[in-house]
Amino acid sequence: MKKNLLTAIWMTIATTILLGIVYPLTVTVIAQMFFHDKANGQLIEQDGQVIGSRIIGQPFTSAGYFHSRPSAAGTGYDAANSSPSNLGPTNQKLIDRVKNDVAALQAENPGVPVPIDLVTSSGSGLDPDISPAAAYFQAPRIVRQRHMSDEQVRQLIAAHTEQRQLGILGEPRVNVLELNLALDRAAGK
Amino acid sequence: MTANGWFQILLFLLLVFLVTKPLGIFMARVFSKERTFLDPVLRPIERLLYRVTGVDEEHEMPWTEYAIAMLLFSVVSMLLLYLMQRVQGLLPFNPQKFAAVTPAHVAFNTAASFTTNTNWQAYAGEATMSYFTQMAGLAYHNFISAAVGIALAIAFIRGIARRQMKTIGNFWVDLVRCCLWVLLPFCIVGALFLVSQGVVQNLRPYDTAKLLEPQHIQQAGADGKPVVNTVADQTIAQGPVASQEIIKEFGTNGGGFFNANSAHPFENPTPLTNLFEMFCIFAISAGLTYTLGRMTGSQRHGWAVWAAMAILFVVGVTAAYWAEARGNPLLAGVNQHASTLQAGGNMEGKDVRFGIANSALWATVTTDTSCGAVNSAHDSFTPLGGLVPLANMMLSETVFGGVGSGMYGVLIYVVLAVFIAGLMVGRTPEYLGKKIEAYDVKMAMLVTLVFPLVILGFSSVSVVKDFGTSSIANPGPHGLSEILYAYTEGAGNNGSAFGGLTVNTLWYDTTIGITMLVGRFLMIIPMLAIAGSLAQKKYVPPSLGTFPVTTPLFSVLLIGVILIVGALTFFPALSLGPILEHLLMLAGKTF
Repeated sequence: MKKNLLTAIWMTIATTILLGIVYPLTVTVIAQMFFHDKANGQLIEQDGQVIGSRIIGQPFTSAGYFHSRPSAAGTGYDAANSSPSNLGPTNQKLIDRVKNDVAALQAENPGVPVPIDLVTSSGSGLDPDISPAAAYFQAPRIVRQRHMSDEQVRQLIAAHTEQRQLGILGEPRVNVLELNLALDRAAGK
Repeated sequence: MTANGWFQILLFLLLVFLVTKPLGIFMARVFSKERTFLDPVLRPIERLLYRVTGVDEEHEMPWTEYAIAMLLFSVVSMLLLYLMQRVQGLLPFNPQKFAAVTPAHVAFNTAASFTTNTNWQAYAGEATMSYFTQMAGLAYHNFISAAVGIALAIAFIRGIARRQMKTIGNFWVDLVRCCLWVLLPFCIVGALFLVSQGVVQNLRPYDTAKLLEPQHIQQAGADGKPVVNTVADQTIAQGPVASQEIIKEFGTNGGGFFNANSAHPFENPTPLTNLFEMFCIFAISAGLTYTLGRMTGSQRHGWAVWAAMAILFVVGVTAAYWAEARGNPLLAGVNQHASTLQAGGNMEGKDVRFGIANSALWATVTTDTSCGAVNSAHDSFTPLGGLVPLANMMLSETVFGGVGSGMYGVLIYVVLAVFIAGLMVGRTPEYLGKKIEAYDVKMAMLVTLVFPLVILGFSSVSVVKDFGTSSIANPGPHGLSEILYAYTEGAGNNGSAFGGLTVNTLWYDTTIGITMLVGRFLMIIPMLAIAGSLAQKKYVPPSLGTFPVTTPLFSVLLIGVILIVGALTFFPALSLGPILEHLLMLAGKTF
């Protein structure tokens, strides 16, 4: 008993050093050497200022940008407070939230059912993507606001549609931040 | 449901099938102290560890000493984790200057949670824990709680394999060899693969990004009147995530670095990381079925157990995928149909890159095992979709199961299955040449009774008292599901959640903490007692009357026992929760 207790104490200390300190620091050093950009969150810089991460969503509300999905992270897309809504399927709060969002979206695109991902919040609250369906749904608004041709906007969406990884995995998606940055670039031309 | 969705699910199962044999052989070699290709590097480290900690690697332990060593190690390491949280403000690697974890019951709950391989989280990682606590406290426990589980499963298997012996191995040796050979090398390679896909790994302070479009958000001010606040920045949480992410899955731990767990793009950025992480969750537990066959000399028995597990897995994922792909009938004006342009279905709480198939698959995988990592919000699943993870855990996580704990969990059911088969033909039951007698069956029953006792006991108190019901986020039958889920995951050491329930209260932190400790240690002790009892028995050669444990008939019987024990215990509770909610949802009722 006493011998095993001493072993337990020493074992805790020794393995904490090995698995809790040496291992993660070793991985950090190697990761920083070989995958510097990926290991630091794929930050996007503009004029020396960090304007976001390629894989973390941002909120957009003005009519001239493609909108992201609703977010339950903090006040919306708070990347220091990731969270889903945790609303159950029969919760009136969920039904009402979706109803309001649907009403607002259908005002700009009458009669077209809204793609489901555009009115539901994601598991992280930081989803960087929308479905291609949700992007094309917003195209008419962008065309009106940005005075671009329908063709131009659709081409932009198609160019930023990421197909299934390796042709098989996951679902097709459109990165909203990158799409909006491209929209700004197209307007600046 | 789409053809591509099914293809992804079957591809996953194929990968699990392919890893079973090589990993199973490797583990059998490691724990039998046979040579492996890693010995030249790892043997010196192993010997050094034994010298420092005073372990005699030739010493063999009876089951009682094995249990005491395991308990002492768990207590000491749990205390260290508690202390670390309480003084993290004084420790290094804390760029966000997080103070000590308070109140004390959250720190207790977290220490219990990570020591028992549950990794239930009553806190939000990126807003609470310093990098030091994450690495040396939480990720460290991911390693050792997994290693303890695997060591126990190996001890049980030795109990079956050995004849007329009093000992079942050396706990310290099993622990160290598991960490060094099985977990650490794979984690180093796996973590770097995750980084290459975009999982972050750094020690930098959180970054601040200027939003492309600053947001004006209306909030209630101090005097209650609405105030418009402008949010111009986005704080992006960082950290040593990949090194923790890999052991979180490989050791079926499940405690996320971030609050959103594997739904967070920094934990699970691409569909490929998603597949890889799910594969890691199943790998060791699948491999252990082969280890079981190899160490007991009945390889076909190992595969018969594998097959029973695989069938239960397919049933679960089919139900979850079907329910989630159908979407939520209460939502109007939306398009929930799957097409080439969208995944459709019930997307609340799911990320676009995963869609329905990968979210339903993950939810099944994480609750078949005791992992509990999530890539979508289980609380927002449709009632039947959410029933699947809940029911999986209520089957004691025997479908591959937690690393080690799944193996000894299913072996308890195997003991019951051969006992019932023995009753049917009127013979003393035998299992791989060992007579199963009254003592063994009593211990097995103890394991199967403790589990529902804590779940149903605490749940029933919670639903009749204010301190229980005031935490419910989703009213109606869904509220019962939330409470049932919380105690089931605690007892099953799972750690996933119907996340709406507010659990960082004194009542839930304490009772779920107790549930986790009971679910781990009160299961382990009777299980080790059976192992010790089996090891002492004489070998009885199989005769005509022996029920073979290598046939499809055995797999079917095993599935039957698992389902019947689970259904008899939990069906009434389930019918008042998710099943009732499903019927009310179809009737158009909301809460």
